[in-house]
Amino acid sequence: MSTTPANDIRLSRRYRFSASHRLYSDELSETENRAIFGKCANPFGHGHDYVLDVRVRGPLDPETGRIVDLNTLDTLVEEAVLKPFEHSNLNVDIPEFRAALVPTTENLALVIERRLAANWKSKFSEAPLDRVRLDRIKIEETKRNIFEVSSNS
Amino acid sequence: MLITRKVEFSASHLCYHPGLSEERNRAIYGAAANKHGHGHNYILEVSLDGVPDPVTGMIFDLKALKDVLNREVVDPMDHRFLNYEVPPFDKVVPTVENVAIEIWRRLAPHFSEAIRLKNVRLYETEDLYVDYAGE
Repeated sequence: MSTTPANDIRLSRRYRFSASHRLYSDELSETENRAIFGKCANPFGHGHDYVLDVRVRGPLDPETGRIVDLNTLDTLVEEAVLKPFEHSNLNVDIPEFRAALVPTTENLALVIERRLAANWKSKFSEAPLDRVRLDRIKIEETKRNIFEVSSNS
Repeated sequence: MLITRKVEFSASHLCYHPGLSEERNRAIYGAAANKHGHGHNYILEVSLDGVPDPVTGMIFDLKALKDVLNREVVDPMDHRFLNYEVPPFDKVVPTVENVAIEIWRRLAPHFSEAIRLKNVRLYETEDLYVDYAGE
């Protein structure tokens, strides 16, 4: 199997979860919350089918022709994000948001990035796949609202 | 300015490395290692980087781009079994990473410094794709 190893490839994998949230800050007045968050501040919350796009970046393993072990990536995303977030109420069920962080999708992208980054090294410790890095998190709240956060873990 | 053109092709493949054990192949490639192969509807997005020509207002002749994509990628790969019919995949495992690299190699010589091949994005499924921008 002879091929010149390519040293910079990005691979993206898409995952889905459904969750509810309410955008409301206790530090703001009812009027301010309404002005900032609109109907996202309605008292009982609402939900979305989120689409999470996890992009990794690294060199090709010339033997396997892969840059990342997809099983390991799936396991990491499942454990760190999908299991806890699927069919959850973000404000109540996810500790980061329970602690008064408003679950805007900006914050959701940051929380997901931190969760994946925190577990990255323990999952991808074995050579030759230890050179793969988390590159970017993209999350679609709806087809029209899409948020991205860069990473380098 | 970037311009991106999309084409699709359908092909079968299997991901199996003859130098590795059955068990290792299964661990690395999962069901993609099944011995008789399986197929995908690949979607290829090719991005060129250039400046619109002051007369035509175009970065690159899109008909010419379509012809290059058809000649180098779609014609040889569409409705083919990559491992058996499309070199170098008789010797290289046709993971989505390697197919994207091969497509880059086939396309790059058709462009120049003025109109650069900027990125090759290859979707193997709706939920899995790679980006390759050369070395």
